[in-house]
Amino acid sequence: MRTFVLNLIVHRLLIAGLTLLIVSFAVFFATAMLPGDTATILLGQAATPEAVAGLRAAMHLDEPAVFRFFRWLTGLAQGDLGTSYVNNVAVADLIGGRFVNTMRLAGITTLISVPLALTLGITAAMFRGSFYDRFVTIMTIGVISVPEFMIATSAVLVFSVYLKWLPALSFANEVTSFWQVLKVYAMPVITLAFVVSAQMIRMTRAAVIDTINTPYVEAALLKGASRPRAVLYHALPNAVGPIANAIALSLSYLVGGVIIVETIFNYPGVAKLMVDGVSTRDLPLIQSCAIIFCIGYLALITLADIVAILANPRLR
Amino acid sequence: MTLSTPLSSKFSYSFSWVGMIGLAIILFWAVIALAAPHIIPYPIGEIVDEDYFGPMSGKLLLGSDYLGRDMLSRLMMGARYTVGISLAAVCIACFTGTALGMAAAVIGGWFDTVLSRFLDALNSIPSKLSGLVVAAAIGSSINVLIVMLAVIYTPGAYRFARALAVNVNTMDYITVARTRGESILYIIFSEILPNIIGPLLADFGIRFVFITLLLSGLSFLGLGVQPPYADWGALVHENISGLPFGAPAVIVPSLAIASLTISVNLLIDNLPTKIRDRSV
Repeated sequence: MRTFVLNLIVHRLLIAGLTLLIVSFAVFFATAMLPGDTATILLGQAATPEAVAGLRAAMHLDEPAVFRFFRWLTGLAQGDLGTSYVNNVAVADLIGGRFVNTMRLAGITTLISVPLALTLGITAAMFRGSFYDRFVTIMTIGVISVPEFMIATSAVLVFSVYLKWLPALSFANEVTSFWQVLKVYAMPVITLAFVVSAQMIRMTRAAVIDTINTPYVEAALLKGASRPRAVLYHALPNAVGPIANAIALSLSYLVGGVIIVETIFNYPGVAKLMVDGVSTRDLPLIQSCAIIFCIGYLALITLADIVAILANPRLR
Repeated sequence: MTLSTPLSSKFSYSFSWVGMIGLAIILFWAVIALAAPHIIPYPIGEIVDEDYFGPMSGKLLLGSDYLGRDMLSRLMMGARYTVGISLAAVCIACFTGTALGMAAAVIGGWFDTVLSRFLDALNSIPSKLSGLVVAAAIGSSINVLIVMLAVIYTPGAYRFARALAVNVNTMDYITVARTRGESILYIIFSEILPNIIGPLLADFGIRFVFITLLLSGLSFLGLGVQPPYADWGALVHENISGLPFGAPAVIVPSLAIASLTISVNLLIDNLPTKIRDRSV
């Protein structure tokens, strides 16, 4: 039976690879639809016919789009992300340090939101229908229904305008002490943690309730086990798979959240770089950033699927 | 199918009061959006306050924005763009997605496999990312925004409609219709669609919320609706410098978005199960 599970996982990974290929195709052609000739735009006033022809040849713009796509793709696979149109710096150099910053932001958010969301989600399911459960459910629906920037602006209003605990909307570069690091990261992390936790709480609660509704949990309750005991000892071990799945799926909301949060708090990460690239129409930069985010997103979703496969005891 | 639902029971849907509140707020914004040009107190481009980020007052009910323009008028006109663009996009997305989804379920075979694989792949591009890429490549006029939002949310509508249609497709009356020699179009629109329309309507509402949130998010980044027009997200974007003072110009448009999206969610959560889960 192990080979069966292995086959499923390999199949899932192959699908992820195929999806990534289609996604990179879509990203490339969406950006290649740019009206007007890139070489002419880049040269601006210096666009003599000879210069345009020269630059077109140098950038391989005179080749069919399909050839350019495969050239770009092979470059990507070898770690060559191309050169920025705007300042002629290798895109890999632009992204380098900022990638670490974004990963750090995502990492801290994960460390905070996973324990928080699991506790709230499991306890809400344990006391289903209680005032506490209804309060948690209404809060999560509220957070899910509003745009991320509203959570960010509310955080600023509460923590810096009214309480005056944290600086508003500024990302100080001169962080020296641990206390300053804490202050700088607090607001972006709070915002992201809210967005991600709300999804995670909802999914965790649903996963635990699904398990509680099974006959063996009912049997445990009838046998005289208390509600917390029935949930923690009888239901939870069987809900581990769906919960892990919920965690991986909710973390994919980090991708959308990080774009808004890095912009609003001026955080030097990949998403801010990409948003800036959009206003200058720096296509190689946008393509690379988009692919990085797609890979991250796809990795989390695939991980969620694999966890779901591994956690299903019927497949073992 | 239509015979089995007596007409009288169609009018006996009982809405819960939470759902009614949601519906009332949605209708309120719909009326504002339709009537805005006639009821705004000041022209939206006119500077009416000598101070910027003015507070709420009797003259300017919601204060003034970063140039001293009346916030209430700009908010009312903003409703037209937020509601209008989202509604247009969700109609296109749900129509295309549902039509393709039902077709895939009925036709099956390689048509289903290829279409599903392709749309699933598109679905695995985070929505904000597609927005950024398209805004960079084509720009963001209102028409481009509508088409882009529709394309981003078509795969989701497709997946949902296909899952429902696949279930209905195994019913005996479909086999009967096929044996009778009915065309694929007849099976899709006369046999399958009436049986999944309830859940599809609920999905329409949820997708409307997604689209409103994405549009607001893009406008907030300055990549959605462009000046001189402004939807609610763009109003937050242009007034963001008033945030450190807690100006109403930043808070009010956010609250407007939240009131609309939360109302739609409340309405859908409290739909009579007769509508929501008819075929599930």
